[in-house]
Amino acid sequence: MTEKKSIISIRNVTKRFGSAVTAVDNVSLDIQEGEFFALLGPSGCGKTTLLRMVAGFENPTKGRIFIDGQDMSGVDPNHRPVNMVFQSYAVFPHMTVAKNAGYGLKVTGVARKEIDERVTEALSLVKLSGFESRFPHQLSGGQQQRVALARALIKKPKVLLLDEPLSALDAKLREAMQIELVRLQKSVGITFIIVTHSQDEALSVADRIAVMQAGKLRQTASPIELYENPNSRFCADFIGKINLLEAEVAGVEDGKLLVEIKGEGRKIKVPYDGEAQGKIGVAIRPEKLRLSKAEPEGEAIKFLMKIANMVYYGNASHIYMEDARGLCLTVDFQNEARTAEPSIIIGNEMWVSWQPEDTLVLVE
Amino acid sequence: MTGQSSAQISNPPSIKGRRRKKRHTPLEYTKKRWFQFLMLANFIFLYFPIIALMAFSFNDSRRNIMWKGFTFKYYIKAYYNESLFEAFINSLIVAGISTVVSTLLGAMLGLALCRFRFPAKNAFDGWIHLPIIIPEICMGVAMMAFFSRLNISLGLFTITVSHIAFTIPFVAVVIRSRMAGYDYALEESSRDLGANQLQTFMYVTFPYMVPGIVAGALLALTLSLDDFVITFFTSGPGSTTLPIKIFSMVRFSVTPEVNAASTVLIVMTLILAVTTMIIMSRKNRKNGGIAI
Repeated sequence: MTEKKSIISIRNVTKRFGSAVTAVDNVSLDIQEGEFFALLGPSGCGKTTLLRMVAGFENPTKGRIFIDGQDMSGVDPNHRPVNMVFQSYAVFPHMTVAKNAGYGLKVTGVARKEIDERVTEALSLVKLSGFESRFPHQLSGGQQQRVALARALIKKPKVLLLDEPLSALDAKLREAMQIELVRLQKSVGITFIIVTHSQDEALSVADRIAVMQAGKLRQTASPIELYENPNSRFCADFIGKINLLEAEVAGVEDGKLLVEIKGEGRKIKVPYDGEAQGKIGVAIRPEKLRLSKAEPEGEAIKFLMKIANMVYYGNASHIYMEDARGLCLTVDFQNEARTAEPSIIIGNEMWVSWQPEDTLVLVE
Repeated sequence: MTGQSSAQISNPPSIKGRRRKKRHTPLEYTKKRWFQFLMLANFIFLYFPIIALMAFSFNDSRRNIMWKGFTFKYYIKAYYNESLFEAFINSLIVAGISTVVSTLLGAMLGLALCRFRFPAKNAFDGWIHLPIIIPEICMGVAMMAFFSRLNISLGLFTITVSHIAFTIPFVAVVIRSRMAGYDYALEESSRDLGANQLQTFMYVTFPYMVPGIVAGALLALTLSLDDFVITFFTSGPGSTTLPIKIFSMVRFSVTPEVNAASTVLIVMTLILAVTTMIIMSRKNRKNGGIAI
């Protein structure tokens, strides 16, 4: 991935609306050619504004955006080698599917015959062959989405921008479209940038994810890196479920960090090779926790806790554990057997344990 | 169907003598007798005078009181009445020109008002809609004073200008309500796909506006065609429009000729309205757009 050249370079971009609102705050980012990139963040974090600046609908207050090495300052959206799929699809209601798909070619003066050929090709790419003469109102949401995709891909852009493309679809369809998008991206080889607030979506489709919060870039990493090694409390909490415990550094022992969990009065040893002092966060993913009746042996970090509540999800159950001092942990328990586990009853005491190397130390 | 079956269930067979009465749900007003009667009365009240007017245009009598027999002669007479015919042509000219101009300006105004933000927009917005609310008679007097102040002699020109002035806001309101549901992402998407501003307007924005433009134009046309008050103040000698001509004829006596002229006006407006509705419903079916 690293030897590939960067197709989009965002350099110190800041966007202010009026004097009070800073939507994007000094963001620098490089997106490589052929990459499926996700901009992830809660609503209002500036991810859509960043995307719209790449598309040319907003101008950065400060900073520059380069697409394929060219400075895009002052370049209108119609002269940028990027195309966008809008959240509302923005399929032209008065045009047939074929007219919609061919619109971008028609306005730039491509010959009719070539348009027809490329429309057929693009529609078969998004599996809409046979829908050429339908009008958008005769299509389902998912199909309209495909029209929007075909319409953008037909232009053979250097980068395809997708603004929350799947948020209006129902859960089943969304999952199918996620797989479809990845397939499409691999087959056309175009760089995709997807903006989403759904961490599931980002994790499942993207090669690399940038997490944004309040206009700032918090972390840019691959899905696995982001999930297993978040660099801050925000990223850890935003991506997936996590047990976040406030703690204080008590020293270093055998090259490991000794931390005292707040309110617990117990010190645990966790491997950590960075700098850490004072108040930190200690985090552990629910699926890394183990439940057992007998006290676990070895190096595992363990707590004897009571089952406070449990929620059944079918494939797994979330078991909420707590102890007398107020420590709360959520355990992700895989329901491997077809019968309920007899020892998991609300009120029962059990050992919760995890391997020290699974502990995340969050300084930020 | 369901109403019937539930009525059968609620009426046990033991009460045989009782008249079976259909029960309606509380909101089924249209099925209630008193409501149906009210609607009928309404229709009679609204349409009987018009139907009577049309019927008596075929009456073979100088008076509009007794039915004497069927004839077309008053239509022929109206046709050969030179001043009436001239007034009719004048009305068409004024309505035609003012509709075209006010639709153009009103459409631009409506689009600008829902599209752009500019200084003092709210004030401008309120001020532009004044002609809708201020009494027509005041508009008429003001217009007349304005033209005489500028030494413009009253005639077809002044009528047309006044008609344009008072129909623009109506067109703007219609266009605005059409554009209220417009997704601006459509325009952005058009720009994104390589279209310039003009192409975006021509291929995306304008087609969306069309039903609003048609409705606005029709409104402007009917407003202009039958306007009396403003026209009365801004017309000069020799520039009579049909409503004013009909009024002056009625002052002498209500002859079937007046009925005939009015009937022609009604039929023309009806044809216009029905045609527009057909066009619009076809267009809507095609676009999947919302009817206005």
